Amino acid sequence: MNSSQLIGITTFTYLFSTILYAALFIFKSNRLGFIATIFTIAAFLIQTAGIGLRWVESYQLGIGRAPLTNMYESVVFFAWTIILIYLIIEWKFKTKIIGTFAVPFAFLAMAYASFATGITKEIVPLIPALQSNWLIAHVVTCFIGYAAFAVAAGLGFMYLIKNTSDTRQSTNNSSLLGTLPALKVLDDITHKTMVFGFLWLSVGIITGAIWANSAWGTYWSWDPKETWSLITWFLYAITLHARYTRGWGGTRIAWLSIFGFISVIFTYYGVNFLLSGLHSYGSG
Amino acid sequence: MKHKNPIWSFFASVKLALFTLFFLSTTSIIGTIIPQKESPHWYVERYGEKIANLFANLSFTPDMYSSGWFISLLGLLCINLIVCSLERFPGVWQQIKADNLATPPARLEKMTPQHRWQLDGQDNDVANLLATSLGSIGWPTEKRNHEHGILLFAQKGAMTRIGVYIVHASILIIFAGATLGSILGFKASIMLPETNSTDVAYTFGTHTPVNLGFEIRCDNFNIEFYDNGMPKSYRSQLSILEDGKIVLKKAIVVNDPLTYKGITFYQSSYEPFSDFLVTITNKNSGLSETEIIPYQQQQTLQKSGLQVGVISADGRGQSASKMKIWFTDNNGEPSLFWLDNGAQATVERSKNNYTVSVKQMYATGLQVAKDPGVWLVYIGCGLMIFGLVIAFFTSHQRIWLFIQREPGGKCSILMTGTANKNKTGFAKTFQQLSESIHKA
Repeated sequence: MNSSQLIGITTFTYLFSTILYAALFIFKSNRLGFIATIFTIAAFLIQTAGIGLRWVESYQLGIGRAPLTNMYESVVFFAWTIILIYLIIEWKFKTKIIGTFAVPFAFLAMAYASFATGITKEIVPLIPALQSNWLIAHVVTCFIGYAAFAVAAGLGFMYLIKNTSDTRQSTNNSSLLGTLPALKVLDDITHKTMVFGFLWLSVGIITGAIWANSAWGTYWSWDPKETWSLITWFLYAITLHARYTRGWGGTRIAWLSIFGFISVIFTYYGVNFLLSGLHSYGSG
Repeated sequence: MKHKNPIWSFFASVKLALFTLFFLSTTSIIGTIIPQKESPHWYVERYGEKIANLFANLSFTPDMYSSGWFISLLGLLCINLIVCSLERFPGVWQQIKADNLATPPARLEKMTPQHRWQLDGQDNDVANLLATSLGSIGWPTEKRNHEHGILLFAQKGAMTRIGVYIVHASILIIFAGATLGSILGFKASIMLPETNSTDVAYTFGTHTPVNLGFEIRCDNFNIEFYDNGMPKSYRSQLSILEDGKIVLKKAIVVNDPLTYKGITFYQSSYEPFSDFLVTITNKNSGLSETEIIPYQQQQTLQKSGLQVGVISADGRGQSASKMKIWFTDNNGEPSLFWLDNGAQATVERSKNNYTVSVKQMYATGLQVAKDPGVWLVYIGCGLMIFGLVIAFFTSHQRIWLFIQREPGGKCSILMTGTANKNKTGFAKTFQQLSESIHKA
């Protein structure tokens, strides 16, 4: 058993988790919910083992580095963090339906990592620019932020669906969406997840700046990746200020959580492939 | 409020902040799509003369992020931040310093969450009992006698209300550090061939020479490759010289620069030459000479008259990994042998023995930066994280207990409280608190 196999298995287990949560959403069976959670935890543990094993394998190859350095590894870590954050939310807020909207992100990320052409799965050694202790700090903090924003977008999406159905039907308990948490609860969790993501994105940008300063002597050079991370930061700053000072909530915040995540995706993925800049090593 | 003039109100509005942030984020996109810091010629070639001119007139090129209008937007954000914070801070400070024991009981009656119960005993005894029990679980109370009863008050995290102002101040500190760095610092580069030294660097963009105030010498540059051909390390052995004397030596690699007198040298690039550095030592006399010799040219060393040449080289791209050396001391047939880059060989000749080492010559590309504002930027960054944690994850929680004497030697107690953030979390805390006091 090697790390690629374990990570490959994870792709399918997250697909199955997605199906289980969707089934739970449709059939509203508590037992299904329990199975979905157990299954997701198992998939998460397999993935954890896979990432750990990849780390060990890098030492066996005489390379010895954290599995966080290229597109493939970062997407795998992204999926891992989404599931971790989702499981914490499920445990903390005692609601399983959110999984229907959060777990698919992890599955899509894993499917992309496994099947997309043009991203290498090989464990390659680090080029000189990446040989820094700031690498792990920067990548981990950014991806905790990104994953939180992914979950927040899932929650925002859920809010919009629930909101549409609530306004259309007066008795919503009998409907498919009746099992979704109350709008107020969704709004609260979306906001809290965004706040959490914002803190980690800030730390991610700062660790990146410190790293850039130790590698190039410039903590900020307005390269497209940096600029897009700042644009994303601005978007969430706007969202949080609109909520705190102007009392925005509900559908507006839900939409902003989705726009914010689009910006995250562009920062993460779009910049690597559509624009040029210092972060070119993230694209391979 | 004393400042109510329209200009102040304009800058004090959150709407302006939201607008500025939105405008900054949308305009920032432009500079990520149009490549920055290229030559005017490059833009004409890429976009055509008309569009290139338009971009230049709008300051989209060559460096939008330091253009007047973009800096003005950042400046507007700063002024807005300062005025907004000044406008709101006094009110927040009042809430921190507020005399909460002066809160009229009538107002407490209307607050939620609420908990009411009764206890036997004198109002003063009951108040003391409740104060002790609250104090023992980390909520030390203040007490004041009111007209109709006794008021107890306890609070936590009053100072957490300034969290958001710490974040705002941190942004201003970061801007201050960046401004300081751009006025008093410089960013430059040097392409320094091995064995050469210089005391001048050239700034980015304008290529203005900057005098370093000391000399920097590249003693040696070395690239290592992984087995798969990827570069493993770029290493420059650097010496700092003052008045011709070495004062500091350090080998730098990417991510590990050298700093001297506030100026930092970063490994950033390299340039391979087709020249070679050859060192030949006569083992008998101890005479050692190092000379730069061009590829495929026979050269006579100045002191010893030895003759040497690099006939061919083998390697990866422009980097040679082994060289074929031709060498003679004019006694007998010339020696011909292969030598790895940087390695040393002993050559035994009829009269003398020599050690020969050869190395391809490189120039190391150094980035040179002086940024006296960077420590301010780092302080700002640290404060920002600290402020965000306080602003997001802590709250100012307040609890009041109003104890009133009732007929029959009983007291009625009204317990209520508020938190400025995370109301659901506070409701739980309140629930637990009221339960634990109830037991007492």
